[in-house]
Amino acid sequence: MTTSTDPDFDPRTGHALEEARLARADEGWTLEGMLTLRSLSALLPDLEHIDGGKVQIDVSRLEKLDTAGAYALLRLHERLAREGGGLQIEGLSRDHKALYDRVTQSLPEPPETVPERRSLTDMLEALGRGVASAGVFLAELHAMLGVFLARLVRLVRHPSEFRMTALVHHCDQVGWRAVPIVSLMGFLIGVVLAFQGAVQLRQFGAEIFVVDLIAISILRELGILLTAIIVAGRTASSYTAAIGSMKMREEIDAMRTLAIDPATVLFVPRILALLITLPILGMIANFMGLFGGAMMAWIELGISPGMFLTRLLDDTSLNHVIVGFVKAPVFAIIIGVIGCHAGMQVGGNAESLGRQTSSAVVRAIFAVIVADALFSIFFSMMGI
Amino acid sequence: MADDPIIRLRGIRNQFGAQVIHDNLDLDVMRGEVLGVVGGSGTGKSVLLRCIAGLRPPQAGAIEIFGRDALNCTETQRRAIDQRMGVMFQDGALFSSLTVRENVEVPMRTLPGLDGRLCRELADLKIAMSGLPYIAGDKYPSELSGGMRKRAGLARALALDPEIVFLDEPTAGLDPIGASAFDELINTLSQTLGLTVFLVTHDLDTLHATCDRIAVLAEKQVLYTGTMAEMLHIEHPWVHEYFHGPRARAAVEATERTA
Repeated sequence: MTTSTDPDFDPRTGHALEEARLARADEGWTLEGMLTLRSLSALLPDLEHIDGGKVQIDVSRLEKLDTAGAYALLRLHERLAREGGGLQIEGLSRDHKALYDRVTQSLPEPPETVPERRSLTDMLEALGRGVASAGVFLAELHAMLGVFLARLVRLVRHPSEFRMTALVHHCDQVGWRAVPIVSLMGFLIGVVLAFQGAVQLRQFGAEIFVVDLIAISILRELGILLTAIIVAGRTASSYTAAIGSMKMREEIDAMRTLAIDPATVLFVPRILALLITLPILGMIANFMGLFGGAMMAWIELGISPGMFLTRLLDDTSLNHVIVGFVKAPVFAIIIGVIGCHAGMQVGGNAESLGRQTSSAVVRAIFAVIVADALFSIFFSMMGI
Repeated sequence: MADDPIIRLRGIRNQFGAQVIHDNLDLDVMRGEVLGVVGGSGTGKSVLLRCIAGLRPPQAGAIEIFGRDALNCTETQRRAIDQRMGVMFQDGALFSSLTVRENVEVPMRTLPGLDGRLCRELADLKIAMSGLPYIAGDKYPSELSGGMRKRAGLARALALDPEIVFLDEPTAGLDPIGASAFDELINTLSQTLGLTVFLVTHDLDTLHATCDRIAVLAEKQVLYTGTMAEMLHIEHPWVHEYFHGPRARAAVEATERTA
């Protein structure tokens, strides 16, 4: 057994050292050596130079020929034939002849392709299709929401069909395990707001208003919005991946044939888990945000925690808290519906799973922000 | 058929935890032959294939491929060996984000100096030689049927004109017509390209139609090797049951009718 250097191979790249030599002979050309895929690229320029009608090539000293080599000879023959000549191959051994014939037989004939041209109507059509598919997507989301609500009503009437274990499992995955990241995020947002507010408000000697700044912005907007964005990233993707991989392996079709309703088993516990846990997570984020803000206000502005609390309880209307929490269930449904819908869109290959997962996250975050904007407009018109 | 073994296994031992799959297994594969490996479920046929193809080093033993030690060698030496072998996995194992043509081009792209147009033309040739229509080259694996995916997998395995091809259950899941067409394909390719074929299969028809020699995996070893005719005379209960069961008789009759 040899583990040392090997004469047949380039020791650096591990590629086989194969070479074919083309030379002029009395009549035509001789080709010797190894005419293979590996030696072909070096030989092709030489083969290009062969021309002049009927050409004879002697290959009796060819040691090795593979399909790529046979293909090159065949192409040469075709080119010469087009130029009104031809290639006569002499001395082809029996094995090489069989290979050459096999390649000749299976040579594909590409169909005539018409080069595509994009006209104005094509572009218009693409635009139209895009708009239509966006409409279809929205309709599908509503259908998904409808299915969820219908199954929920059905489960209220037939509670025995409800899967408690699944709900608890998803609450654990979506809620409990998101607590650390949501707390950290809330705390840091509070810290940042207090710090930035302090710098600005100190100029007017209005340091104490930093409490209002933190309380209103976190309770009303940031706590729940940023929680929803984090949950959209964590959960919409995991819902899509879980449902999508089941769809990919035909597990969902199997469920249908076993008379199990995928919506009841898969969608309801997931969306319900989000409905339950997102408000709780939002509350945690609010609390941690106020805590972080209070810490920063104490360190940076010397507002003691007691004073912070008094100011918070006296001056902050409960309306802000309510406005914040009204949004939570809506965000939960948006995230759940988009995640489950994207999972059901997964096709037969792994690539579509990846594409749907990432687009579920993007859509969920986008939809949450749009919904938040709509809420803001609504509340300001109502004067709350 | 020359009498020098192109693959030589000696004392191979494979185990998963405490479960021993192969113990002291010896096997020779001769240059240019089609060797069928049979065995009951769980006897480690696919493990053996993965072992030779370098996907799973054995716990003990020696593997010699092309007369070179395939276990104790540098990475470049191993790559040189790998480039002379092709593997067709059970469901094709095609890259799902590439078209069939691009799949076949992938191994060619690892060679230096081949230009894109030549790669594409050679890929088309390989696709045609595997019995796929020209338009299949533009399709993605998910758009193909199971039989077409297997053919595309074979086309990729043949991309570099390997000397040895490993086929893992090439006809599993194919309809009888598709399966016998695939047998035919293996035959013509092995003859014209001078391929050595290492074939793992459960399909008795394939064994009859294609294999020069059969190796029976049982009791953690290669228990018997020999031609189909020799297999019919072995007394070992499992081997006897395998080659004399109702399905085996049908396969023998079918072969005799066509012969």
